[in-house]
Order: sequence, then structure tokens, then C-alpha cells
Amino acid sequence: MRMFGNLTESDITPKSVYFNRRQILCAMGLAGAGIAGGKVFSHLAFPPVAVQAGTKLDVALKSPFSTSEKMNSFDDVTHYNNFYEFGTSKDDPSKNAQKFRTSPWTVSIEGEVKKPAKYSMDDILKLAPLEERIYRHRCVEGWSIVVPWIGYSLNTILKLAEPTEKAKFVAFQSYYDPGQMPWAGHAGIELPYVEGLRLDEAMHPLTLLCVGMYGESLPNQDGAPVRLVIPWKYGFKSIKSIVKIRFVKSIPPTTWNIYAPTEYGFYSNVNPNVDHPRWSQATERRLGEILRRKTLMFNGYSDQVGALYNGMDLKKNY
Amino acid sequence: MRDFLRRLLLNKWSKVVIFLVALSPLACLGWRAYHGELTANPVEFIQHFTGDWTLRFLLITLSITPLRKLLDLSDLIRFRRMLGLFAFFYVCLHFLTYIGPDQAFDLGGMWKDVAKRPFITVGFLGFLLLIPLALTSTRGWIRRLGGKRWQALHRLVYVSALCGVVHFYWLVKSDHRLPLLYGAILAVLLLYRLGNSLLKPRRAVVVSPAQ
Repeated sequence: MRMFGNLTESDITPKSVYFNRRQILCAMGLAGAGIAGGKVFSHLAFPPVAVQAGTKLDVALKSPFSTSEKMNSFDDVTHYNNFYEFGTSKDDPSKNAQKFRTSPWTVSIEGEVKKPAKYSMDDILKLAPLEERIYRHRCVEGWSIVVPWIGYSLNTILKLAEPTEKAKFVAFQSYYDPGQMPWAGHAGIELPYVEGLRLDEAMHPLTLLCVGMYGESLPNQDGAPVRLVIPWKYGFKSIKSIVKIRFVKSIPPTTWNIYAPTEYGFYSNVNPNVDHPRWSQATERRLGEILRRKTLMFNGYSDQVGALYNGMDLKKNY
Repeated sequence: MRDFLRRLLLNKWSKVVIFLVALSPLACLGWRAYHGELTANPVEFIQHFTGDWTLRFLLITLSITPLRKLLDLSDLIRFRRMLGLFAFFYVCLHFLTYIGPDQAFDLGGMWKDVAKRPFITVGFLGFLLLIPLALTSTRGWIRRLGGKRWQALHRLVYVSALCGVVHFYWLVKSDHRLPLLYGAILAVLLLYRLGNSLLKPRRAVVVSPAQ
């Protein structure tokens, strides 16, 4: 029943169908109007739901934070995803997230701030020049990728809210709609997905508010339309499809920590010396490689972020 | 119907057919490898694939005895050894993808991993337990050990399958449907045996006072 009760616009005209139609119309040449004309016509006849995944982005800057390591292919990064709202297998999100409607989209910034605000995606895209940052990304499961993300430092948008003295942490929440995400029922984790950072971690320039990758807006399965990328923490901290950012006084609940507190800590910094209770974190498999490589402290970002954790026992604060 | 099934089971080609069917997962893996469809993480894919098929073959092998009795098709026994050996075959592939790509054939490192990680410990134990069973699967070994002792030894397969299910359950992050399904099937297969063995002595107790 739910399937019919919660029909959305994108259910009625799935993007794939829309594209197919367009392809068919194009192939037919539209009664001699020519392919160019056909494209215009089909665009008018079947307007896209919105400008979604795959839109080219203007990248103004190359970031000094970028690694020179070999990047993974776009194909790898879009077909090997943990996005439990769209299924728990790595290849589920690429199949199940295609119809996910990411427009209109609003991100609300609230809590301990002087200027709470709501941003549309257009606002977010225009807030600051977009940078390309090629980061290492390490999953808690022991695999890693190198991805050319696009966005700008999260602190750009956080500062505009003017956090009060009371703000010590920042809590994030993902979009959740069981109608568009029927697979979420089997995720095993509580949803909506929530994450959190200490204020200084959130304000750190490495922490990226990410709107794209590989020169384009984010594909749905990679967390469209806007996500975090925190390269020195395990991937699950880099929350996808953000709708809410809230400044708070005390440590906020985080999804995987709620699920298994002994396995996934609040900090979840990449640390080869602190093992997950069920597997070692000393090594990782870079997608595309056969043998495992050594995992680096803070995923290789010690110089930038090590000071955030001076004097902290990282075995306790895992 | 039963006669037809029996004739089918006793047909001289039936073993060949089952052998080829049991080999088809490997063929499927080869096909996918050839077409570059082993996902972005081929090592993990092969590990999960061979692990899955090990568990499936263990469960199929363990269902032979109940099926023989329930369907009154004792000839099914013809295939039990082969199916059990296929479980062993797939677990060997599974183990190879672990000591190779994961441990780079570093036996010291592997040993540490086995000792430290409960999910690896239990999986490794399940693998070890299958080795003596595979080695003594021949007629010669049944003769040498004697039927009773051979049977007792081969009950280790129950423990091995249990290890396999626990190994899978502990590996999964939060979606436990599949390991629980395997666990449920294994529970049914083991409870059937438990029920059988409990019923037998009770019959004896009932019978003896009457004599």
C-alpha cells in the first residue's frame, strides 16, 4: 500500500525512463527535425524533475589539501557504496537511489546560533567558490578510495550562523523518507541517520561541505545533493544527504554509536593502532588493488588535525 | 513418482550432472571475472561468494539425511560425500583468498589475526574441522575407522556448520537477515537429528518394561 500511497513526482517519471524516452525520441530523429531539434523537443515534452546528479559544476580552485595519489575511477566510487537507506549491499545504492528526489532541497542551520537559517541548494552552491579536493577516504570496514570531491570548507557556512558561546558540538541529520527509501527497513540501524562533530572538528578547514565529485554534482548514491567529507575519520562520519545542521551544547547521538557503542565511537578517527573489536584497522584495501596497504594515522592527515587531539587518550576516545 | 525419482537418482549420469551443477558457482565466478563484474572490490566479492557457497553446500549436505528419511529416498546417500567435498572445495577457495590477498601469505600475521579476531577464529575453526572429514571421506577410511567411529568423527560437520554461521553473523555489520536465514535452516536440520536421537532411546525405554 505504501508504494501507492506515497507516490512522488519522480515515481511517476523515473529519471531512467525519462532518459530512455529521450533516447528513443532522439533515435527516431523526430520526423526529420534532426537530433538537435529532437533534444529540444523532448526536453520540452519531458522536462527533467530538476537539475540533479550529473550536472557539471564550475570548479574555481584546486585545493592545496589535495593528495597526488592515484584517484579511483568514477565507476568504482558510484557502484560501491554504503548508504543503508537504499539497501545494505554495496551495489544496492547505485540501483535503488536513482529515483531519489533531491530537489527542492533545504538545509536548515539551527540550535545555539545567533542567525539560524534555511538554505536552498542554489544558495549553498553560490555561497563560496567551489574547490576540488582530492582526499583519501577510509571506511571502517577496511577499504579505501581516493576521490576528487567538490565543495568548500564547512566552516564557511557555519560561521554565517554565528554560533553562541554555548555551542560545543555540531549535530547533523540526513534526509529520511521511508516512502522513497523502502529498503531502510532492513538497514538494522536507527534512521534518520545522525552524525556529530566537536565544534573545532566541524570548523577545521579540512572538513568539507561537499556538493559534487569528478567535476559534477553528487550522484544520488554518493550522498546527493550535499554531504560532509571528513577525511581523517572513518567514512560513516561523512554523513550524506544533509537536511539539518544543529549547534548543540553536549555530545550529540550518532547513528553507528547508538547501534553498537563498543564498536563505533563518537570520534572514529582513522587509527591503525586502535582495532575495531571484530577486525584489525592496521591495514586497508585500496579499491583497485589486491594486497592490503598500511593504514596511516588520521588517514595521513596528522599534520593538519593531530593537534585537535593533543592530550587525548585515543584508545578510550575511539 | 518415487520410482521415477529413484531411477533418476540411480542413473549412472546423475553423479556427473550433480558434479557439474555443484561446479556451476565457480563457473559463474569465472564468467563474472572474465566480464569484469566482480565489483569495485573483487577480493571481497570472491571472499563473500566462496563463503556463501561453502555454507550453502554444508547445508545441502546436512539436508541429505533428513530428506532421505522424509522422502523415503535412501539413494540420496550417493551424493552426500560429493556435496560435502564441494563444501570443502569452496572453503579452500575461501581460505586461499584470505591468506593470499588479505594476509599476503604471511603465516605469522595470519596466526595473530586468527588468535585475535573472534570472527576469524571461529571461521578458521570451521575450516580446520572440515579437513579431517575431507581426508576420511573415502570408503577405505570408513573401513579403517569402523562405521561407528567414522560416524562419530563426521558429526564434527555440525560444529563446522555452526562455526560457519557464527562467522558470517559476526562479520555482518547490521543487516543480519542472511546469516539468520542460514542459522534457521541449520537449526531445523540439527533439531531434526536431535529429535530423532531423543525419540529412539525413549522407544527403547517404553519397549523394555513390556518385555
